[in-house]
Formats: sequence, C-alpha cells, structure tokens
Amino acid sequence: MARIEVPMPQMGESIAEGTVLKWLKAVGQPVERDEPILEISTDKVDAEIPAPASGTLVAIEVQEGETVEVGTIVAYIDPEAPPSSNGGAPAGEAEEAAPVAAKAVANGKRAVPEPAETEAPVDQGPAQPVAATAPTPVVRRIAEEHGVDLAQVEGKGHAGRVTKQDILAYIESGKAAEAAAERTAPTPSPPVAALAPLAPEPAKAAPPAPSDFWKAFYGQVQHPEFPMCEGDRVEPMDKIRRLTAEHMVVARRIAAHVHSFIEIDFTAIDQVRKENKKAWEEQGARVSYTAFVAWAVARVLREFPHLNGTISGENIIYRESVNVGIAVDLDPGLIVPVVRDTDHLSLLGVGMKIIDLAERARSRQLAPEEIQGTTFTITNPGVLGTVVGMPIIPKGTSAILGTGAIEKRVVVIDDPVTGTDEMVIRKRALFSLGHDHRLVDGADSARFLSRLKQVLEEFPADA
Amino acid sequence: MSAVAGLAQAARRGAVATALPALVVRRLGRVDYREALVLQEELVAARRSARIPDTLLLLEHPHAITLGSAADPAHVLIGQEERTALGITLHDSGRGGGVTYHGPGQLVGYPVLALEEPRRDLHRYLRDLEGALIDALAGLGVKAERAVGLTGVWTACSKVAAIGVRVSSGWITSHGFALNVATDLSFFGTIVPCGITDRPVTSLERELGRAVPMVEVEERVAGALATRFGRRLA
Repeated sequence: MARIEVPMPQMGESIAEGTVLKWLKAVGQPVERDEPILEISTDKVDAEIPAPASGTLVAIEVQEGETVEVGTIVAYIDPEAPPSSNGGAPAGEAEEAAPVAAKAVANGKRAVPEPAETEAPVDQGPAQPVAATAPTPVVRRIAEEHGVDLAQVEGKGHAGRVTKQDILAYIESGKAAEAAAERTAPTPSPPVAALAPLAPEPAKAAPPAPSDFWKAFYGQVQHPEFPMCEGDRVEPMDKIRRLTAEHMVVARRIAAHVHSFIEIDFTAIDQVRKENKKAWEEQGARVSYTAFVAWAVARVLREFPHLNGTISGENIIYRESVNVGIAVDLDPGLIVPVVRDTDHLSLLGVGMKIIDLAERARSRQLAPEEIQGTTFTITNPGVLGTVVGMPIIPKGTSAILGTGAIEKRVVVIDDPVTGTDEMVIRKRALFSLGHDHRLVDGADSARFLSRLKQVLEEFPADA
Repeated sequence: MSAVAGLAQAARRGAVATALPALVVRRLGRVDYREALVLQEELVAARRSARIPDTLLLLEHPHAITLGSAADPAHVLIGQEERTALGITLHDSGRGGGVTYHGPGQLVGYPVLALEEPRRDLHRYLRDLEGALIDALAGLGVKAERAVGLTGVWTACSKVAAIGVRVSSGWITSHGFALNVATDLSFFGTIVPCGITDRPVTSLERELGRAVPMVEVEERVAGALATRFGRRLA
C-alpha cells in the first residue's frame, strides 16, 4: 500500500518552517487533489495547503499549534484506502510511499501543488468535517490559560465553532470563573506511572503530560523587543540560537540554581597521559583532559544518584544510565552531544567518543538521538581561558560541571618526606558544580566534588 | 523617475493597456470589519475561479481591534465594557500576525490577487506589499523603510503601516495592510500592536506635519501596488 507524503511545503525561498494552524480534514476523510487540507502560519501570513493527491487522509503527523521545518511530513494520504476504514495505518508502511511532493522539496524549492479549484471546506455549512469545527490553537491556549472548559462555550463561528471572540466574551462574562470554581473539586489526573518507574509511589498530582507541560512553558518564553538605531544590523535567530535562548530561560526558571567550587590538581592526570601517550598515538587516539573528567564523573555519579536524576512533577527520577553530555562550541552556537553509558566505557573509549562527537557536531552531522538523553552535563569554558564559570543546569537534569582553565599555580603542599610546608608549581583548575537545590543539597554537592577531586588526583593507571 | 514607475504611470493612462493584466481598484469608503471579511471571502472564491480580475479593496473601518492567528489575547489591553464605551469592536480575522487596530483616518488595503511565479512566495509577498507602500510614501514625501525581522513599514523608529495577510489555496491573497494616514493614534494605546511593545505607531499626518487628502494617498498606494505587481490600474 503506497502512501503519499504531505510535507510542510516550502512556500517561499527564505521560509524555513511553518506552524500548523488548523486541520481542515480529519483522519479517515476523503480528500481531493488540490483541495485545502490544512492551514499553516508563518510570520504574518496564514496559508492554506492543498492535498498533493486524491485519496484518504490516513495519518496526521503534526498537530495544530506545532511548528516544524519545511519538508517535515505533516500527513499521509492513501490514494487507494477507502474513507475511514482504517484511520491510522502503521507508520512502518511509509517506506515505499510515492513522495510526490517530498520529491519536489528535495529537487527544488517548491512543493506546492498547482492552484486548487475546489473551495475550502471551511466555507461550507453542514458537510463540515470534524476537524474544521475544532477550536484553533489560539482558542485552546486561551481556554487553558483561563481554565475554561470549551464545551461550556457557545460557538458562534462556522458550524458552531468556538472562535476567539466567543471565548473572550465568555471569559469577560465571568462565567469562566464560576465554572472553574465548581471544578476545583478533586479531578482525576492522568496516570503518571510511565514517568517514574523507580519511584515507590508516584505522587498523583502531575496534571499535564510532560510534553504538554514543556510546550506550555516554552510558549511562555517571550523575548522583549528593543528599539533599533540607524546602522544596526538585525537578523532573525537561527534554530540553534532560538532553542538555546528558550531552553536557558526555561531551565533557569525551573531549577533552583546553586554553584559550588573546588580546585583540582592535574599532576596525576598528566602522569597517566605521559605514560599512555605513545600507546594512544599508536591507536590513533587522543585523550583530552575533558575525557579524563568525563570518565571520572561517570564513575562518581554511580555513587551519587541524585546528581544523575531529576525532579519530575511530584516525583524524583533516578536515571538508570549515566549519559554524560559534553557542551561543544560551534562558534557561533552551542550543542551538547551525549556520550551514552559513559560509565561503561574505558578512558580511551570516552576520549575517542568525545572527539568523534565534537567533530561531527562541528560539521553538523549529529543524529537527533546523539543530542538527547543527557543525564549530566560537562561544559568546558576553561578551554578558552576562563578561570571558572557558573553554567545553567540543562532542563531535565540536576547538575552541570564547569571546568575552568588549567593553569600552573604556586601551591603549598606537605612535603611527603619531611612533613613540612613546601611551595611547588602545579597544574590546577577550578571546577564549578551547578546543582539544582530542589534535589541536590549543598552537602551532596560538596561530597560529590570531593569524591571527584579524589578520583582525578589519584587517577587510576588502568582506566 | 525609474523606468518601472514611468511604466506604471503610462499604464494608468492606458498607454500600454493591453500589455499588463488588470488590477481593479474598488474604493468602498467606511466598511464594517465583518462585512469586509465576508466580501473578501467572496472575492477570493471569485478570483480563484477567474470570475474577476485581481482586485484591490481600499477602505476604512470603524474602530475595531482585530486578532491574527498569532495574536496574544493579552495584547488587547481593554475589556468589553471599555471597548463598548469607546465604540470599538473586537474581531477574529483569519489573517496572519498579531493584534492590530483599525479606525477612521486609516487607509486599509485588501489586495485580492492571484499570485503567479515568481511571486508565489509568502515572504516575497510581504516584502512586495512593504515595497509598494514604501514607494507610495516616498511619493508623498515620507521616507519609510523595512525593519529586518519585523513585517510592516517603518519611519525612523515608528510603525506607519501594519501588514497581515492570508493566502488561500491557489495562491489567492486576502487581507493586507493598514496605513495610518490621519489615524487618531491614541487608539493604539488599547492594544500592543503586533506584540511589539517598544516601538511607537505613527501616521502620515504626523510624519509630514500636515493633513494629506485620503484620495491622494489612495492614488499613490494603488499606483505603487500596480507597479510592484506588474498590473495596469483598471
């Protein structure tokens, strides 16, 4: 069974993404070629997207309100399937699809089929498809923000659809507050079992699914605008910048940030490097200081599950895997590829993995799963000379280690032979641990750093 | 005068009447927002089936606040009672963009065009509208420009025209622009225009320091649009 892909079309050279505003057709409904099946929004333009072929809409991949890049498959049309017989065909059958429109995206710029001759179904009264009466994302957002049950709002739009005006009028009328007050009585919340399998008794107060929660939070990130002056250059943020900006604001807002510092002596590590340098070179490998730190962190994290976990709703998730993320400077931009199961790798293995990830990060060749699943992050501002940093803890984790510049310093040590104070020159660096005080207390952080210091300063020769 | 502008003037005189497709301008005076929505829907359908040529509606709305698909309801700063007292109506619009205000003294333009290649590009359409308005304003003695990343037409640091459009299937355009000619700008205090909090709104009258007849602005805007889109005014 061949299914035809419906990609987010490229409706202009400089258009990189679009937001699905409204589905005009529901899964299982018949569609005619060139008939509008959805509305998208990009910048100040709303646009209707026609079906690339006739058939049955068998799957909707991108929901209303979601923004996706141009070329992303938003739906599948089956030219042979009878209407509403099998709504959601399994996604696995997409391989042999005839991607008419997708090919257009690949070959050139335009994936927009020829002008439609049919009317938008939204203009037709009684034969209204279900999706067309569904409220728009904006209406739903207003409803969520004001705690309004949309079923209570009288829709005055097409086919009884609740328009923005309807809901605004409803809220202003004060009915919303009354209804909300009635509903504050206990409401059953969705199960959260999948959220925290390790928690003995997952608490019951996690109303929205996690993805919705984060979506709502990201939706609230609004960067204030500022006046421009003559000669200023203004350009839109690229995707990485935008995601970073949103992530940092949200992460900073959620976690209770505290930073602790410790100084690490690199004498033992230098010793290991010196001893193994030749062997590593023969294998064509390099083991950076960051690799040493990541290797040690992964082992120490096993002893400190809090730092490898996160608060999730009313629960704490202790992660089974230790996946250390390494912040990589793309200049401009930042990305954090992840070394999976870091605690299972040898020092050499960690070193090679980091180099591989960093190189592919810089050439933009990372797979999506290579930047997901980090349970603890290491960032290395020291590589550029910074003495110490106070990094933001990535969301969904509880700690981040910042490694400062490794410099030769004069330090006072006990002379191992005479037992007297002695000044020596040592390579040392300041490490900072940003930790989420909701989960990791100051003493935990101190114990973690002390243990890490111990491992690094007495680095095992057989790592 | 550029060759293109000269061509447009010639086009207006009918000298090259057969060379370019027509743009029919309909001046409607003051029209209720909702009526204009219905009219546009009809014209879009008619344009799609080629029953009418490209059409430009020029009109004014009574006081109205309209919400685009990206509008944040929090950007409407006054409640129902206050709106009623001020005679302002609130509307869902079906165009892209945020919240805007329409009212007397503002020239609203709704081009219902069938876009052809290479103009089948949503960004290009926005830039073409901006360009036409900038040309029209230049003809009236106001230097205006685009602001990168902020759709609309801007003088030194203020917004003089707002843009929000819809492209229906078949690349038929509707909605369009709102150019403040002699708008009472205090009404913009009832909203956060397009979600932009720190850049004031201005009008042609304020920029020029004198009144300009609406009909003169209409002429300029219609001419500039025809030129920009390679149409002859009809």
